[in-house]
Amino acid sequence: MADTTVDAPVSQTARAKPARGKARHSAVGYLFVLPFMILFVAMVLVPLGYSAYLSLFEEKLIGGEAFVGLKNFTEALTDQAFLGGVGRMALFLVIQVPIMLGLALFLALAIDSGRARASRSARLLAFMPYAVPGVVATLMWGYLYGPDFGPIAQAFEALGLTPPDMLGESGILGSMMNIVTWEYVGYNMIIMYAALRSIPTELYEAASIDGASQIRIALSIKIPAIRPAIILTVIFSVIGTFQLFNEPALLDAIAPVVITNGFTPNFYAYNVAFVNQDVNYAAAIAFLLGLVIAVISYVVQLSSQRAERKVRR
Amino acid sequence: MALAGTAAAFSFIATGCSAGDDGGTGEESAAPEVSTDAFDEAMSTPTKLTFWTWVPDIENQVALFEQAYPEIDVTVENVGQGLEHYQKLRSAIESGEGAPDVAQIEYQYIPSFTLTDSLLDLTPYGAADLGGDYVEWVWNQVAVNDGVWAIPQDTGPMGNLYRTDILKEAGYDEAPATYDEYAEAAKQVKEKTGAYISNLAANEPTQLVALLWQAGLEPFGYDGAETVTIDVNSDGAKDVVQYWQDLAQADLVSTDAGWTDNWFQNIANGNYAGWLVPAWGPIFLQGTAESTSGLWAAAPLPQWDAANPVSGNWGGSSDAVLASTENPIAAYELARWINAEPEPTMMFAQEQFLFPAALSVLEDPAFTDAEVEFFGGQQVNKIFAEISATVNPEFQWLPFMEFAYSSYNETVGVALEKKGDAVGALDDWQQQLVDYATEQGFTVQ
Repeated sequence: MADTTVDAPVSQTARAKPARGKARHSAVGYLFVLPFMILFVAMVLVPLGYSAYLSLFEEKLIGGEAFVGLKNFTEALTDQAFLGGVGRMALFLVIQVPIMLGLALFLALAIDSGRARASRSARLLAFMPYAVPGVVATLMWGYLYGPDFGPIAQAFEALGLTPPDMLGESGILGSMMNIVTWEYVGYNMIIMYAALRSIPTELYEAASIDGASQIRIALSIKIPAIRPAIILTVIFSVIGTFQLFNEPALLDAIAPVVITNGFTPNFYAYNVAFVNQDVNYAAAIAFLLGLVIAVISYVVQLSSQRAERKVRR
Repeated sequence: MALAGTAAAFSFIATGCSAGDDGGTGEESAAPEVSTDAFDEAMSTPTKLTFWTWVPDIENQVALFEQAYPEIDVTVENVGQGLEHYQKLRSAIESGEGAPDVAQIEYQYIPSFTLTDSLLDLTPYGAADLGGDYVEWVWNQVAVNDGVWAIPQDTGPMGNLYRTDILKEAGYDEAPATYDEYAEAAKQVKEKTGAYISNLAANEPTQLVALLWQAGLEPFGYDGAETVTIDVNSDGAKDVVQYWQDLAQADLVSTDAGWTDNWFQNIANGNYAGWLVPAWGPIFLQGTAESTSGLWAAAPLPQWDAANPVSGNWGGSSDAVLASTENPIAAYELARWINAEPEPTMMFAQEQFLFPAALSVLEDPAFTDAEVEFFGGQQVNKIFAEISATVNPEFQWLPFMEFAYSSYNETVGVALEKKGDAVGALDDWQQQLVDYATEQGFTVQ
């Protein structure tokens, strides 16, 4: 109410001098987004442009810098280390993300149903790993995975079983999936839980009057209603997976032989830039990686939109 | 004014030297030495220096330096250890801003900085006269390609640290003197005690390189300009790796990754009965395996030829002056003073436990005669001082050791870990190094 009374005289003057008023209006708008634009340009666009520029050059230890066009990109597309890393992450994505999001959804539904006891502390407990820095989490898991003195291995040995080689070639990817799942289940759960809380309760009342069970309500009301939130977590997970860096970088210290330089594409870009001292090639890899992420995220979004349209029909 | 003039002249000379396309012979004698006047003036002018180093408590040595030269104010900065240190150093050099005046550099990375003309040739400042003050092989590490690029600080001549109790149980009163005996002892130790005689860490290229160094091999070489020599798959190198591969495949030597929690525990628990390790090993063990105090002993490495004992080096570092410094005289004096004067060098040896490069300390009974309780009262420093004198004097590096080590881990390291064909992996390592060098524009010999 108050707004309209204050607005009135302004709009009158605006009517009197339409052109100037509009100009001032839009100028003010720009002023408001200015702080964001400055940061956006300085922190996103300029570095992006600079690395695009870098990726078109080649710098040799002997002979200096030379423009090479798209050579770095064509090279990366046939680079076994890079492609291997992308392939490994695709596998990671296909296995780990459904497990993690399924678990997160289950927890969110359980807490939301109100059936679970001490739901508040359960929520906190599930979310806690996210509050542990990734670096610390990886160090902690690295200790738990230890082949001779780690508690998991010792438990197996106490039972007279051969412990799985959790830091060996066959087990390392699974071990890493476990760390990432542990760490991000709570985070995804919170996103889904927040979406669940915003569903109007009338729907539940109507459903229970119709005699729907809790499972029925979850499947037919809750999950469809929070579909956008679930899609969001999927896209976050796609991005997160392809950008995995902390986990391989830290596990490299305890499983140095198994974690190769190209274990994940992001780790590879880092090694190319700082070990091989080839910043230009690293820039090209980073760009291609960005492209892969954009394409997959787009596909996820597109297919979900299609699915939604089908449902509506 | 005069100072600025001389500084400019020196930097001109320095670039002239490092560019040295023909590596001319008589050039250096033509370079004017810093006159005493110029030196005195530089050292009595208020000057600020920055020193990047990871050495703990080096502030103590720097404080002594500042006492000797009250006008010089040194800021010590620790920008990280290992790869991180060099990354930051390279970034600062590349950006042309923020680089320190003096930096700690390990011997194997010196060529990668002379390649980019980033280090000041210390010859005109009088460094050439210091050669006689250091062990010969160490001096050869810093005085390469017609220049002196750094002042040596500490070294890591390789020896054999072993558990006397475990070897005794296996029937040995002292360390095996030759590699044949070592292999036999490995069998006895495994049979009678269940321990491995030692661990050859699959991810530790520097350890294997030190063993190649001991065997008198020259896997790497760099002429200071555009030519590198890469010979990591020579017959000699294959013999050395074959020896370790055989032991690993017979499960007599483990190849666990080093510096992991698992590895620390194995050392402390006596699963490894020994460690082929440099002179910095003793102090490291005292911190890690405290509970085994008194059970250890130090000995020279096993030998290929017992009549002619030799060793290699693993680790150690030097202090270099960056070419970009505005105060080359003061920066040089800082690098020299803390590594050449008796007080700071003895302090490095006795308080920071860095194994010295300076002969004055290596020959000082105050250093060599110290008895170490952890080693059952043995005079460990004396043993390593003797070993230091047997390190092969000729050993060079590639100007891209970071890549060489990481490539080792992807080839030989993987094979060692899997107890597979490490000898064959030497060929892959060679190939990767040659490919990289060629790609980077080097001529490979």
